[in-house]
Amino acid sequence: MALNLNPNFAEAGKRYFNAYAPGDDFYEMLIGAHRDLSDEQSELLNARLILVLANHIGDLGTLREALDVAREGV
Amino acid sequence: MLKTYSYPKFEYRTPPEIASGQTLKVPVVVVGAGPVGLGAALDLQLHDVPVLVLDEDDTVSIGSRGVCYAKRALEILDRYGVGDAVCSKGVSWNVGRTFFREQEVYNFNLVPEPDHHRPGMVNLQQYYLEEYLAARAASRPKIELRWKNKVVSVAQTGMTVTLKVETEDGFYTVETDWLIAADGARSPIRRMLDLEIDGKVFMDRFLIADVVMKADFPSERWFWFDPPFHPGQSVLLHRQTDSVYRIDFQLGWDADPEEAKKPENVLPRIKAMLGDQREFELEWVSVYTFQCRRMGRFNHGRVLFVGDAAHQVSPFGARGANSGLQDVDNLGWKLKLVIDGKAPMALLDSYSEERIFAADENLVNSTRSTDFITPKSKVSRTFRNAVLGLAKDHAFGRALVNSGRLSVPAFLTTSSLNTPDCAPDVFAGRMVPGAPMDDAPVLDNGEQGWLLNKVGNRFFALYFADDPKSLDAATVATLSDLSCAGVAVQPLVVSPKPGAAPGGIPTLVDARGIAAQRYDAQQGTVYLLRPDQHVAARWRTLDAAKVKAAVARATCNA
Repeated sequence: MALNLNPNFAEAGKRYFNAYAPGDDFYEMLIGAHRDLSDEQSELLNARLILVLANHIGDLGTLREALDVAREGV
Repeated sequence: MLKTYSYPKFEYRTPPEIASGQTLKVPVVVVGAGPVGLGAALDLQLHDVPVLVLDEDDTVSIGSRGVCYAKRALEILDRYGVGDAVCSKGVSWNVGRTFFREQEVYNFNLVPEPDHHRPGMVNLQQYYLEEYLAARAASRPKIELRWKNKVVSVAQTGMTVTLKVETEDGFYTVETDWLIAADGARSPIRRMLDLEIDGKVFMDRFLIADVVMKADFPSERWFWFDPPFHPGQSVLLHRQTDSVYRIDFQLGWDADPEEAKKPENVLPRIKAMLGDQREFELEWVSVYTFQCRRMGRFNHGRVLFVGDAAHQVSPFGARGANSGLQDVDNLGWKLKLVIDGKAPMALLDSYSEERIFAADENLVNSTRSTDFITPKSKVSRTFRNAVLGLAKDHAFGRALVNSGRLSVPAFLTTSSLNTPDCAPDVFAGRMVPGAPMDDAPVLDNGEQGWLLNKVGNRFFALYFADDPKSLDAATVATLSDLSCAGVAVQPLVVSPKPGAAPGGIPTLVDARGIAAQRYDAQQGTVYLLRPDQHVAARWRTLDAAKVKAAVARATCNA
């Protein structure tokens, strides 16, 4: 599975009339998940989220690629 | 400060009711002669409804204020008769660039698709738009404009709204069947009727400066996150007409607005942005905060709220005046049908429902932009900067950059006025029931024109035919019969082949098939279009009973 770096957000059964809408939906969910958390709690949430998503992806080649993309530019 | 614009002064005349002591009785009053109020008056005069417009001032918007007019607003302004004036005076642009610190990370082009009459956006100072609308309204026999006439009280009893109006010569009373409140964000009408508007204030301040310069910036929208000349904050640059540029600096909540506005504090900011050499002069400076909020409903009996009086958003996305014009576009035809007794009052509930749906979309989008531009927490800022960093190299990052999602019309897909597609009819594309119509080039009697300029102001049945001359007698009779119904539907044949349909039915030539493609049309496809150019219903075959049922549904007569 190659790492997908193109816009890829969507929700089943939902019709979008503006290309930016599904990505903005996700971003709002993401920032919303951090509401009222302290900085340490937010850091923990992020760590847990990464672990959950990494397990869902599963494929180590894809994850290695993703780690490289993320690390570049930090 | 420099002046590129001289403000018109509209003439105040003593209202005759002051001397006579008589109560003025009119069918419709619009309070507020801004872009939305004047739009409301112009929409109603298209329906032959007389309108009295009251405004407490006698000139146009001071300072440029609203700047960006989006494609849909321009199409509405075309119906009001000022689209050409706005487009020829304004600066049209499609490209937006986003910078993060020193680098450009993202750019967009608003109209990737050719063959639309109007561009994605036109930038024009609000005072020009108001001047054109006021001149147009003044030239219409059914519109009366009264400047320096201030409404000081409003009461609604039974079927009448009573206004007390103050002028420099004294007071008079107006009784009206309908009141359209277009009196802005602080709406005195809303306050006098003790109606609520709920939402939140954003804890941030912005400095806007209109700067006159002979610069060589292209006609594009430039947005900076955390630029070296204004660290930690955002800056927006927009070109307007007459070499006037709008610059918008985020200041933060703690800034002192009076201090920030002083030229000695404004000039260094602009110099840092432009570099020291470039010559410029200030034309107008203001500091603003904003709110995102709306009323619970937009119709209260016989009082109808439009524009900022009904809903307010952050300026990111140009969703203020643009959505206000869509309000009056939605309202005019409905009010006309109710006034004529051809639709029940419930049709005005659909005005509120549909425009609340659109207002909520505008509120969501402008709130998201604001949250991206001015992150409210450390983690939110970290994510924002991560997106901007990834945007340079990765397409998914660019899609998440949100420096304002620019005004587009709402697809009213959940409206109770729509007739849903019915099996076995299947359609591809975007022109679903509730959609704002896509434009297309058409030939009308051999003359090049645009589909959107051929429909609107009443219901239309668009009938797609492979050859207009081949329409059989039954189809011609069914189409012609629609125009005689209580709520008339004007038939219009669209065909790739030239020629006239029998029975004198108007015919448009879709020479390159662009209309057929955008509407996924085949021989015999029918679209029922509302007077505000939204799709009400569509079918693969013409059936008079279905069209009549859909018209009844779209007018709350079902």
